[in-house]
Amino acid sequence: MTGVQTCALPISRTILDRKPKLERLRVAIIGDIVHSRVARSNIYLLSKFGADIVLCGPAPLVPRELGAIAPGVRIEYDMRKAIEGADVIMMLRVQLERQHETAFPRAEYFSFYGLTLDHFELAKPDVFVMHPGPINRGREISSEVADSQRSAILNQVENGVAVRMAVLERILG
Amino acid sequence: MGKLLIKNGRVIDPATRRDGPADVLIENDTISAVGENLEAADAELLDASGMVVAPGFIDIHVHLREPGFEHAETIETGARAAAAGGFTRICAMPNTDPVNDCATVTGYILEQARRFAVVKVHPIGAITQGSEGKELAPVGTLKAAGAVAISDDGRPVMNARVMRRAMELARSFQLTVIQHCEDLNLSAGGDMHEGVESVRRGLGGIPACAEDVMVARDLLLAELTGARYHVAHLSTKRSLAMVAYAKSRGLAVTCEVTPHHISLTDADTLPYDSNYKMKPPLRSAEDVAALIDGIAQGVVDAIATDHAPHTGYQKMQEFERCPFGIIGLETALAVALDRLVHPGHISLLRLVELFTTGPASIFGLPGGRLAPGETADVTVFDANLEWTYDVNQSFSKSKNTPFHGRRFRGAPMATIVDGKIVWSRAPFVRTAAAGGEAERRQAPAPSAILSGAAGATG
Repeated sequence: MTGVQTCALPISRTILDRKPKLERLRVAIIGDIVHSRVARSNIYLLSKFGADIVLCGPAPLVPRELGAIAPGVRIEYDMRKAIEGADVIMMLRVQLERQHETAFPRAEYFSFYGLTLDHFELAKPDVFVMHPGPINRGREISSEVADSQRSAILNQVENGVAVRMAVLERILG
Repeated sequence: MGKLLIKNGRVIDPATRRDGPADVLIENDTISAVGENLEAADAELLDASGMVVAPGFIDIHVHLREPGFEHAETIETGARAAAAGGFTRICAMPNTDPVNDCATVTGYILEQARRFAVVKVHPIGAITQGSEGKELAPVGTLKAAGAVAISDDGRPVMNARVMRRAMELARSFQLTVIQHCEDLNLSAGGDMHEGVESVRRGLGGIPACAEDVMVARDLLLAELTGARYHVAHLSTKRSLAMVAYAKSRGLAVTCEVTPHHISLTDADTLPYDSNYKMKPPLRSAEDVAALIDGIAQGVVDAIATDHAPHTGYQKMQEFERCPFGIIGLETALAVALDRLVHPGHISLLRLVELFTTGPASIFGLPGGRLAPGETADVTVFDANLEWTYDVNQSFSKSKNTPFHGRRFRGAPMATIVDGKIVWSRAPFVRTAAAGGEAERRQAPAPSAILSGAAGATG
């Protein structure tokens, strides 16, 4: 499981809609990292731009080895610490369809790895939230966050279509 | 509460390596001074001449049976037995009914302890829901509620994959995983250590390797996951060697040994006496010698009792039918002195370490220190007092012990929790009140063993 080829492009487009540049961002990626191709694409891309990337989630879904896949990546199991000083928070859903076991206690997932409005106070003042979708309200992200001004999720969806149209046009045209 | 001055004792504090004559002054719930010839005109006096004054003992492996099995023990009675054994802090295993696998049960135990326990009680949470070995318990929530470690004690986690996940999770929450190491397939049908004695008596055997294979597996998993891993009641020579090897490789691995596993062998057991039936079973003389050596060499981190109360009617069954387990809080120190210190295997300082800083460091518990500024949890014991253990005088609700009627040299004398004397031994009492059952239910009045300013003569 590597990255999805065009996955990081709409994400960088969405970041550039809100930030002047891609360089040296402090990024928190939270959730089921081990099963996520999106996460890998983002890590590889943002790492090239010198990002400080913090991966966070239940330990069985965030193996320690992930800290070595690219420069600037580290692991943090305390979500509040992961978000501290972040420019961007990227949330991931738990991909249960890729798991053949109960690798973590589901009942407490939201308590420890669900994003709520309180978390924004720990991050940079202009922090925003991304999520590749589909989102699960109340599971990895609260409804208030998903619908807040700080959510770039719908923008990300829009950019996903636009960027891939551009890619296709470039290849075919 | 005021002031309490413990005079003329030999103060042993492993954390600061102090071992020598000193007085200890306690103000309210804090130790305010440790030194020679302390004076405090307004303090109550406790004369510890000829005794050791140590940090409050900690037992990290106790079954308090509440909730669910209150006929065998309650948090209140278990805590009283702990105090009578010199313990100021105990950790309660989660195999209650319901199992302590959620914040509600953890909270209940803490609330009952706050209301009824004379010593400090720390709940241990379950690894899996219902300790069934399948779905992981909400480990982070348990910790937030007050659990200090996780274990499915009594029901070892047989599925290696589940154990791996539990270790990963525990590591992320900075919790120690405790395993009762027993491969259930190998131990099935066994009632005592597998060896000459088991075949002589026609009883099913529990081979030493039933423990060893799980210790081996778990040590590999601990290395894979980087988890803090603790072997409960380690009982075999090979398991000890493997723990020593893991430690030499720098793994965060610890182990405890029970008093009964260093004092009794399979050959010592009275045939078919259920007071000699526990898990792991009493092992061979070779294993016992290896454990004592492991304690002396520093491989063993703590002595823990595995205090496991069962009522008379449960134990008064055929050997094959009765439950496993014995009580041990009140005899732990005496057995340890008897087997380790008096024969010269270890020093008193090392003994105190095995009951204080050793266990405290395994879970990162507070306590275990005796120095100014520390909480005033103190254990006073006499290393040479001759006495006989009478289980009928036990504070425990259950009487299942192989040590009834045993003569010991050395005993706890007084137990102080948060600056308050919660238990003291009769010979220590200057104006002793005859201890009937009704009176014994209440902690002895502190004044009984104190010589206040206007009090008894020396």
